[in-house]
Amino acid sequence: MIANKIAIVGAAESTRMGRVPELGQVALHADAALNALADCELSPADIDGLATAGHDPAEIAHYLGLEPVWTDGTSVGGCSFITHVRHAAAAIEAGLCRTVLITHGESGRSGHRTHRPIFPSQFSLQFEVPFGATVPATKFTLPAMRFMKDCNVSEEQLAMVAVVQREWAAMHPRATARDPVTVDQVLASRMVAYPFRKLMCCLVSDGGGALVLAAADRADDFPARPVYIRGTGEAVESPAITWMEDFTSCRAFRASGAAAFAEAGISHRDVDHLMIYDAFAHLPLYGLQDLGFVERGEAGAFVAEGHTRPGGRLPMNTNGGGLSYMHSGMYGMYALQEGVRQMRGTSPAQIVGAEVSVVHGVGGMFSAAATVVLSNVA
Amino acid sequence: MVDTQRDPTRPGSPAGQQHDAPAQPLAIPEADDFWQGAQRGELRLQRCSVCKHAYFPPRPFCPACSSRAVESFTATGRATLYSFIISHVPTPGHTPPYSIAVVELEEGPRMMTNIVGCPQTSKALALDMPLQVVFRERGGATVPLFEPARSAP
Repeated sequence: MIANKIAIVGAAESTRMGRVPELGQVALHADAALNALADCELSPADIDGLATAGHDPAEIAHYLGLEPVWTDGTSVGGCSFITHVRHAAAAIEAGLCRTVLITHGESGRSGHRTHRPIFPSQFSLQFEVPFGATVPATKFTLPAMRFMKDCNVSEEQLAMVAVVQREWAAMHPRATARDPVTVDQVLASRMVAYPFRKLMCCLVSDGGGALVLAAADRADDFPARPVYIRGTGEAVESPAITWMEDFTSCRAFRASGAAAFAEAGISHRDVDHLMIYDAFAHLPLYGLQDLGFVERGEAGAFVAEGHTRPGGRLPMNTNGGGLSYMHSGMYGMYALQEGVRQMRGTSPAQIVGAEVSVVHGVGGMFSAAATVVLSNVA
Repeated sequence: MVDTQRDPTRPGSPAGQQHDAPAQPLAIPEADDFWQGAQRGELRLQRCSVCKHAYFPPRPFCPACSSRAVESFTATGRATLYSFIISHVPTPGHTPPYSIAVVELEEGPRMMTNIVGCPQTSKALALDMPLQVVFRERGGATVPLFEPARSAP
């Protein structure tokens, strides 16, 4: 059990997001890392643990001038950084290192990089690519028709996910897409892969983010309000969408979420703020059901009735999400950053009095999941 | 290898679009029987000799019980439509809009395919509709596609 023993003491995004053509991918890691170090008034010499995804930790360590005694290169897709929070907390608790830096950077829009961050699946290259399923829009979307049929979700309700998140993005000066949209506008936007229109698909951005973790008993050494890691979970499922066990429910979501809630010792009523990784509009609906916030078959109506929008009882994706805030490719870091902002009380879309935030991410095409329960109460 | 994660929302983005040839399946020795079977018009699956679990993709052991006593067999080719999208994403070897589907084979395993022999519309493609395998040449490989079953299975 690591509940509340470790805290996030530094957090920052890259100086600029969206289009950052002047920086390569590793430089985006470094820009965010330097911002996070400044946030907690540390220097690279203070860092003895490093976790990163999409790159060899040695590349990031060398670039920043770090000499870590503990590294984690777990790279399971966009939720990797949430997994890193779990691993780093365990490493600090075990005494393997004291101060961990977690970095993300991705030149998703400008493409200034050497490779894609996710390992290609041999099953996908053999038995999916020949049928034209070559990009996330033609893979991640595949379970949706089965989900919508078996879980009572209409196309209008799917569109509402995008509508509600745009309402949150409007409050964030750094969000890429801030103009209000209607269900009709979402449904009339360009068809990408039926039933998904363009506005149901994530943005494609450049950006970065970084976190610094330390033992909670050191939290007074740092200027920002500490954000305690109360519970964590992680899981993997299948390497390619075709072999997702059940197209109406992600096994990895269920396992990761249940582990995090159990460790945190919380019930769903305790959650003031929720982030569910949204590369596409159906993902938050899976998350709401598989994490147990609503019963099976209720997620579409739950969002459509406004419970996750500003003023609703379960504020979700309050930065606008991957659909409206930004999506570099591995979005999990930005979900974490908004969770940290909410617990610090510094989000432009602040939930007044929020004490518990759940951040849940997906990796690959429902291939992996990671969940963290954050709190500003020790 | 094609860039498998280029921007899905920008048609004609350059990566992977240098030629019009469809992507060929990655060659892995364990899958030779499947692709050679496809050339003969047979849909090859595997079954565990111990627990009788039928599975796909091919592996030299049973994913249910880990036994190495496994055999290949020819499936009926009957399936039902589990889920699908209709892709408008420009992809070499495919003419949008085209369906990408996951079908559930009569023997149990699921596989990805394209539904052919019917309009590529949400009206013509109904979840759970019965399907039958057909084999088509696609840029050098013979691939299993599915079309609506002509009579009830």
